[in-house]
Amino acid sequence: MTARLRWRKFVSGFMLTMTGVCAVVAVVVLFFILGYLVYHGSTSISWNFFTKLPAPLGETGGGMANAIVGSGKLLLLAALVGVPVGFLGAIYLAEFSGSTVAFIVRYAADLLNGVPSIVIGIFAYILAVLPFKHFSTTAGGLALGLMMIPITLRSTEEFLRAVPRNLREGAMALGASKAKTIATVIVPAAYRGILTAVLLAFARVAGETAPLLFTALGNRYWSPGWNQPTSSLPVMIYNYALSPYEDWHRQAWAAGLVLLGLILVINILARAILARGVSVPRS
Amino acid sequence: MATTTTTVHGAGPFVGSRSFMRRLREGDEIVRLITFLFAAFVVLVTLLLVFELWVGSTLPRHKFGFHFFVTSVWDPISDQFGALPFIYGTVVTASISLILAVPLGIGAAIFLAELAPARVSDVLQFFIDLLAAVPSVIYGVLGVFIVIPLMREYIQPALKSSLGFLPLFQGPAYGVGFFTAGVVLAIMVIPYIISVSREVLLSVPRDQREAALALGATRWESTWKVVVPFARTGIMGSIFLALARALGETMAVTMVIGNTPTISASLFSPGYSIAAVIANEFTEATGDIYLQSLIELGLVLFLLTFILNGLARLLIVATSQRGSGMGQA
Amino acid sequence: MKRITGLLVAAVLVLAGAGIVWADNPLSINGAGATFPYPIYSKWFDEYHKKTPNVQINYQSIGSGGGIKQVTEGTVDFGASDGPMNDDQLKAFKAKHGFGILHFPTVLGADIPTYNVPGVSAELNFTPEAVAGIFLGRITKWNDPAIAGANSGIKLPANDIVVVHRSDGSGTTYIWTDYLAKVSDDWKNKVGKGASVNWPVGLGGKGNEGVAGLIKQTPNSFGYIELIYAIQNNMLYGRVKNSSGAFIKADLASVTAAAAGAAKDMPADFRVSITNAPGKNAYPISSFTWLLIPEKFSDASKRDAIKGFVSWMLTDGQNSAEVLSYAKLPKEVVVKEKQALAQVQ
Repeated sequence: MTARLRWRKFVSGFMLTMTGVCAVVAVVVLFFILGYLVYHGSTSISWNFFTKLPAPLGETGGGMANAIVGSGKLLLLAALVGVPVGFLGAIYLAEFSGSTVAFIVRYAADLLNGVPSIVIGIFAYILAVLPFKHFSTTAGGLALGLMMIPITLRSTEEFLRAVPRNLREGAMALGASKAKTIATVIVPAAYRGILTAVLLAFARVAGETAPLLFTALGNRYWSPGWNQPTSSLPVMIYNYALSPYEDWHRQAWAAGLVLLGLILVINILARAILARGVSVPRS
Repeated sequence: MATTTTTVHGAGPFVGSRSFMRRLREGDEIVRLITFLFAAFVVLVTLLLVFELWVGSTLPRHKFGFHFFVTSVWDPISDQFGALPFIYGTVVTASISLILAVPLGIGAAIFLAELAPARVSDVLQFFIDLLAAVPSVIYGVLGVFIVIPLMREYIQPALKSSLGFLPLFQGPAYGVGFFTAGVVLAIMVIPYIISVSREVLLSVPRDQREAALALGATRWESTWKVVVPFARTGIMGSIFLALARALGETMAVTMVIGNTPTISASLFSPGYSIAAVIANEFTEATGDIYLQSLIELGLVLFLLTFILNGLARLLIVATSQRGSGMGQA
Repeated sequence: MKRITGLLVAAVLVLAGAGIVWADNPLSINGAGATFPYPIYSKWFDEYHKKTPNVQINYQSIGSGGGIKQVTEGTVDFGASDGPMNDDQLKAFKAKHGFGILHFPTVLGADIPTYNVPGVSAELNFTPEAVAGIFLGRITKWNDPAIAGANSGIKLPANDIVVVHRSDGSGTTYIWTDYLAKVSDDWKNKVGKGASVNWPVGLGGKGNEGVAGLIKQTPNSFGYIELIYAIQNNMLYGRVKNSSGAFIKADLASVTAAAAGAAKDMPADFRVSITNAPGKNAYPISSFTWLLIPEKFSDASKRDAIKGFVSWMLTDGQNSAEVLSYAKLPKEVVVKEKQALAQVQ
């Protein structure tokens, strides 16, 4: 073995180990955060937490049932706004558009992505609260949906573009129209990535507080329908974590844990329900 | 080896060889129109947002004009407002976070995509995705209770004694400041880089890797010199996502940055960022010019994002070689 | 495809279901504003709901400025603020609605000076000159005569003081700067009073939690936080010299005494600052917090519910204030408020 080969092999082993180190660091940080939440919040998790409304200070037995339902409703609305726009917009960029239009749309999406969540909240307030003179779940869903769009759009576009040329050409050769190719070949080939993009966007908005403060406001009680202010887990965490009361701090940690649990469950369900056989071979 | 591929645009075998009516009947034109509308919606929303910010900041724009960008005073009582310290803080913290997160994130993504067994990789990915869902308030609180003491007791003194000759690491170290905010931001943006990069790396066709290995490359060389460049644009895309998040993050930053509008070469100095000051002062701001100055800061951040994105794209184009994979950023 | 259609159908059904408005709609009232009284307000509204189950009053803390803005815009039925509305804001409300808005003090709060000085575990005495000097950046060391003079017998180190203030706009800052502006002309001219100011020196912490956290972790630090926070977390804090010359430690009694001292000269609309109030037991850095209630309501049932709540709050409600470390209103003020309540129509 020449010296040069030995060196190259050494570099290879070293660098690959370093990547392992990077992965370990990321995972360690995550487990640390999770551990902290579990340690501080698990005592407050009980059946009451999931079924009861918040109790007045000093009383035990309260819960965050309305916040859990509220977060669910808000995320549903956000997905209805964010996923179609991101997904279909990405299809346009990847399959139909010229490069100038694609550049402009991508740039706009990146700009939108960089807007602080509080500014998105103010924007949604101007559009969806002020004209109607009340706070509502719909306004909150809109704000969160707007935040989902850039992540979904940009990532989905990347994964659509990553579908190998030969798959497209094969479909063309068989006489399929563009629409059919997209629906039956390209999207299924990229579905894993698209799912990742959507779930990432979902995770991002699930934990956002600032946009909700001016749109969905918050609610100590149940919020029937879509036109009233609603409670949500991030807002409850925000209110309780920054209060002087130890009992509320514990509940904030518990709410954080429940929120992560919710996202994990959605993640698992989504991948399980939409699972198909592997269409692009992994190496 | 990597080939020069071009994406399949609207141009190509379809246009010209089928009539408009045929395309319409087959549904292509409808799909094209519908997807175009959604893509256009994104641009429209962004423009509307800029418009609202523009209209909502008329007073300070007329009063301060260009001085807004270069003044350092922020005084709500005497109505003097300048954006410079906030611009500085935003750029510094975002830069620190990317410098830390990009190598770590790409490294971890390579490990998960290339080396880890599929099961392990999937499970770990689930958990890393969870990092993206942690509310920023919780990152902030953890930053206060864990990161700040760590910084003040161990990390900042260590950096001072080893690298203290650099102005970056001089000055009193309270634990809060640009560096701490950058570290917390790095933790927050890593999941975006890992998640997207890993998926893109996984989608690189097997034959690329095998061709490299067949030509005698080591595992690392095949990964770094063939697979990663093939996945280049996707990885760049993930970095854009991370940059955007770092620029716009409010809650976690404000809890660890010290919230003092100063400009200092030292990374240990407390500072302020645009998103943090808007979040801190917006709900209590009374008085038109005060409120509108905060909105003008939002506009400034928009401009900053615009410029930084442009610079990053120029960088990509400048370092782009032929045969570097698909499409453009 | 089938799976996706199935999912879509399920989503639509869930949407429709969640949209069903429930049959027996309770009267729902929304209010927003100050963060400081959020805990006591949420307790009060919960207790009032138990008393009158068909009334749901939902209060959210988005900040005093937010409360003023939203009640002026009409997106909430009432507001709450730690600082009274100024004349411009009152005019703006009247211009928008055609009638005015009333202030009703609910509880009292106070800012206390807290510190972390190595080797000092006693309660320090602070004169107004010392506090102003520290926050102006003129007094920089802990063993400065201005501080040491009031604390004979306590060894203060020659370390640099690290000032900590609030970064987010807040009523707490408003009270603190209001007090400083009253006791120091320098402060009044250089900095002024407000929910957010241009601080000459110091680090900014977000919320009481942020300031307390910074102080706990930064040796030689000095800052201000709310009394409730200090009590609930067993923090060490100092005494402040009041206008009668006595060094008073903030507690529920001394804060109520400040309001009682100011009650005599209180304006009819209750928009008053009670910092540096007269009275030998008065704590000088105290303040009211107010509910902002419009003079007229188009919905009679909402009006009655809110009036009912305020009456209850002035009598039974005050009893639960001290348990949560809020100082209650003095009798003189309660009497005046009951009379003022008649103005809400």
